[in-house]
Amino acid sequence: MKKPENAVKERRQINGNTLLLLITIGLFIVMYAVGCVIYAGKGFTHLQNFLNILITNAGLLCVACGMTCVMLTGGIDISVGALIAMDCMLLAVGMSEWGMNPILLCILVLVIGVVFGMFQGFCVGYLEIQPFIVSMAGMFFCRGMTAVISTDQVSVPSDSLFYTWANAKITIPFGGYYNKKGILQVPYIRVGVVIALAVLVIIFLVLRYTKFGRSLYAVGGSEQSAAMMGLDVKKTKMEAYVLSSFLCSIGGICYCLNTMAGSVSQATGLEMDAIASSVIGGTLLTGGVGNVIGSFFGVLINGTISSLVKTNGKLLSSWANIATAALLCFFIVLQSVFALLKDRKK
Amino acid sequence: MKDNVVLTMRGICMTFPGVKALQDVDLTLYKGEIHALMGENGAGKSTLIKCLTGINNFEAGEIRLDGIDGPIRNHSTLDAQKKGISTVYQEVNLCPNLSVAENLYIGREPLTKFHTIDRKAMVEGAKRIMADLDFDIDVTQNLENYSLALQQMIAIARAVDMDCKVLILDEPTSSLDDNEVEKLFGLMRRLRDEGVSIVFVTHFLEQVYAVCDRITVLRNGQLVGEYPIAELPRVKLVAAMMGKDFDDLADIKPEGGADLSNAEMMIDAKGLSHKGTIKPFDLEIRKGEVVGLTGLLGSGRSELARAIYGADKAQTGTLKVKGQEVKINAPIDAMNLGMGLLPDDRKAEGIIADLSVRENIILALQAKRGMGHLLSRAEQEKLADEYIETLQIKTASKETLIKQLSGGNQQKVILARWLATDPDFLILDEPTRGIDVGTKTEIQKLVIQLAQEGKSIMFISSEIEEMLRTCNRLAVLRDGAKIGELDGELTQEQVMAAIAGGGDSE
Amino acid sequence: MSRIRKITQMKLFLPVFCMILVMLINVIADVAMGKVPWSFFTISIKNGLLYGRIIDVLNRGSEVAILAIGMTLVVSASAGTDISVGSVMSLCACFCCMLLAGYGVSSTTSFAMPLIVGVLGCLLMGVLCGAFNGTLVAYLNVQPMVATLILYSAARAIGLLFCNNLIVYIRVPTSGLSIGYDIFGGYIGPIPTPIIIAAVCVAVMTIVLKKTAFGLSVQSVGINRKASRIAGLNSQRLILLCYIICGLCAGIAGLVASSRITSADANNIGLNYEMDAILAVALGGNSLGGGKFNLAGSIIGAYTIQAITTTMYNMGVSSAQAPVFKGIIVIIIVVIQAPPFKEFLAKQRAKRQQASGKEAASV
Repeated sequence: MKKPENAVKERRQINGNTLLLLITIGLFIVMYAVGCVIYAGKGFTHLQNFLNILITNAGLLCVACGMTCVMLTGGIDISVGALIAMDCMLLAVGMSEWGMNPILLCILVLVIGVVFGMFQGFCVGYLEIQPFIVSMAGMFFCRGMTAVISTDQVSVPSDSLFYTWANAKITIPFGGYYNKKGILQVPYIRVGVVIALAVLVIIFLVLRYTKFGRSLYAVGGSEQSAAMMGLDVKKTKMEAYVLSSFLCSIGGICYCLNTMAGSVSQATGLEMDAIASSVIGGTLLTGGVGNVIGSFFGVLINGTISSLVKTNGKLLSSWANIATAALLCFFIVLQSVFALLKDRKK
Repeated sequence: MKDNVVLTMRGICMTFPGVKALQDVDLTLYKGEIHALMGENGAGKSTLIKCLTGINNFEAGEIRLDGIDGPIRNHSTLDAQKKGISTVYQEVNLCPNLSVAENLYIGREPLTKFHTIDRKAMVEGAKRIMADLDFDIDVTQNLENYSLALQQMIAIARAVDMDCKVLILDEPTSSLDDNEVEKLFGLMRRLRDEGVSIVFVTHFLEQVYAVCDRITVLRNGQLVGEYPIAELPRVKLVAAMMGKDFDDLADIKPEGGADLSNAEMMIDAKGLSHKGTIKPFDLEIRKGEVVGLTGLLGSGRSELARAIYGADKAQTGTLKVKGQEVKINAPIDAMNLGMGLLPDDRKAEGIIADLSVRENIILALQAKRGMGHLLSRAEQEKLADEYIETLQIKTASKETLIKQLSGGNQQKVILARWLATDPDFLILDEPTRGIDVGTKTEIQKLVIQLAQEGKSIMFISSEIEEMLRTCNRLAVLRDGAKIGELDGELTQEQVMAAIAGGGDSE
Repeated sequence: MSRIRKITQMKLFLPVFCMILVMLINVIADVAMGKVPWSFFTISIKNGLLYGRIIDVLNRGSEVAILAIGMTLVVSASAGTDISVGSVMSLCACFCCMLLAGYGVSSTTSFAMPLIVGVLGCLLMGVLCGAFNGTLVAYLNVQPMVATLILYSAARAIGLLFCNNLIVYIRVPTSGLSIGYDIFGGYIGPIPTPIIIAAVCVAVMTIVLKKTAFGLSVQSVGINRKASRIAGLNSQRLILLCYIICGLCAGIAGLVASSRITSADANNIGLNYEMDAILAVALGGNSLGGGKFNLAGSIIGAYTIQAITTTMYNMGVSSAQAPVFKGIIVIIIVVIQAPPFKEFLAKQRAKRQQASGKEAASV
């Protein structure tokens, strides 16, 4: 008879995944604290600096939430960067050249996201094609369509309603400071941040409190078991991709609110940033483990690294990429070591 | 008693391409009993279960379930579950990354009025279910934090809570230790007393006698019989499972085999073991000897062979090959010492499905020679032709993909792969499983011929007749340990008694 | 009917079919534009150099063809893709140019080191990157895509560091017997060098596959890792080797790409080439699920992709818009190969046969 080494452990313990999340959060705090100490003179300690990270990365946060959902099922979606470029281009061209109503355009963008996601999801869920290949084709398609819409760098006209949204400042009643001229600098965030944080909270709740959310985890944990317990695996997978593309479209709007322009080469490599954020946040690429809180901190770490490099001013911007990749490597090795240990225990 | 019938299966027939998996099999299940379903590998146990749970679509026969008029036919496990037939498998079919409570309720979560999951109600419910079965555990913890035994109990709890009338336990104990098994049995007895009918599939004899009320035995897809536990002592059960009158082939063993006790020592293993699969064992094999490993499936017979070959690296003990102490880290080391292993799972570990017969034959020899020393095309074809000829492999050509061959011919190709490396010590793990009688005899003859040429053979088979015909000596295994050796003139009864163990060999 | 089926089931059917289709489109487009139908195939010599659209395809397609060699092996052995090759190309090119120009120099007219040192450095860098990826995949069991994601994002950035965030120009032209940096992307005699380099790479790989058991071992590991281990193959080492070869191929491709523009442009060298290389493998009729591979198919696939691109430029589609068609082609190929889709077709066919059978019976 086989005797498992770990007989019966029936007490509360911190498992590897929670540990990974704690490492991520700890890392973020340490990193930010170090930044505050080193660059105190360059405004790193101000609340606004933190808020700026959020403002720049609002789009990425939405995308990372969607990516996390897809990765929970054990899939991947690398079309998001291209989809964002297409969204931004559509918004910019739609407003400046076609003179369309921004609200209508936003709805159009979201609908396109859903349809696009349905197609990708159908290929992955029902036709059982590898997610990487499907979303690679999606990426080609979107990037190309961006160029079909326009190959120029198109800006959102400054007289549009969209412009007003983009420039709206939502002030925060605390954390202000007086600058050298003695004028009170009130910290603020932008509309995109509100949208992104709302997305974060909603997805967090969806993942935790709805049947759909739990199905994502179940499918990622064991597709076979999920099917045995009566879940519709194919449909769940498809829905994950629809959600990802939909959130990506929301992210596209946030992104556009930030850049106010569309261009073919926009948001290149964003998909990899989103994947890296999720992985750093403790989401396993094999599926079933992870949550958006981790991804949120993953995005923050990503943003902090670039903020640190930017504040330094002398470092080349590529250091930010290298640091992120090194972190990614660290977390991947950590995950794989945890997995090996778990195997050995069994 | 007849009124208490919960489930009847009558005349179930099922064929897979080329194989009659089930022929006219019956199964009767009464209310509140634990019913053992026994049989060696390939007997049709799992096929029968799959017919019941809707995974297999049987061709003839009918299934009736108490409370449902007319014959039923399930189209999926879900379908079966809805009718009250639940299955718990050896590999737990739950999601390890979800909490215990979620696993108990997934697909039927209690909802709040906003249509979200009522986690509080779910946790309460889960606590109640587990408390009902006398388990005091934290249901909010992830399933993977608990032992396999508990996971299995949770799977059973889920099944029971979904109002199951028939609970099928498919080899649930193979990865549990004695304490855990006892716990499981406690739960099984409780459920039985509450009126649940349990079908218990296992290959551990002790366990059958510990909990079961009645036994149904299958062999080669056919029903051997149904017996109350008291009327079927161990030896008879083993006889029923293995089949005494299996085939009446002529005795191919040469009369009065040579005395090999002074022959050169080929393999000398001392205290080899692999954690979780085989306890420390000693084994000696001499040149020109055929040593059989006998025992029921799961007794550790394959695992012993794998530990010697390095397929599962031995963690303790020493191994001497031809008197030299050696260290085997991977199969290639064993091969360089002149070993070969024909694995029992042909599909998973034997054939390279998408390669041709020729490529499959030369693979091991090529690996042994190293990558830079490619066998020339002419040499490859010569080898392939030679073995297709001598082993009479039926294939359209040597370039046919191996996956297109029948099971027996695939087996011959793998055998050819090892013969091509000219091994001194060859391990054959179930070389005759699932192949026709004619081929079986050929392989048995070949084994004896190889031994006469001075090679040592380790022969593993579920069929005792076959072992008696080919082996000089038998090592007996039970429950993951080698418990003894038999030699001299043996009868089937002696071997079966040794396999069955326990006190009642009558 | 059966003959058609026989042809469609041939190993090289898919890549060759795609190639012929592209050529046909060219012929039709040429006729429509009022040129001679065979203008796609015409080769002429201008200023002592070969010239023509087909030469252009062969020339421009060299990098993807070289990458496809390594990618084919990686896909076969590990059932995954190496998405870092484009970035590694860029890194290798930058490293090479840094060696040749000296660190921090943005433009040079003389080598700081012998050319051969730069070339060897470039290839070595590729091998190192491949070894890094391979170690993660083979020994730490990381999914190939994830393992290569690290270098996908880091390699290009490291390349920028080598170049000190500059575009390093190496303006050492070839004149007479003194070989300049432009040689790898330029011409030897009348023939474009990239074609020669690609041909050499393909030839070397073909010889390796023919003369050693490498191909058999890789396929065996890709099809059934467990059985291969029992039969004595070291699957981990083989997978590592495949990634190293893939890295080496990326190094060679990086050298060619950089030599074409006689500079190291970290941000643009090899951009999206990983996708083209993967596409070439898929177009070549190889399953992305690993196992058997067909190198010739991948190479034809690589040139087909270039032919598509060239054709589209010829028809006035901009390089930025071309990916739309690429995306559609990828989806069509994978959908045709998807088992559920095949099952669906088989069911439809069976239904039709049943229907026609009934009709026949009723008649």
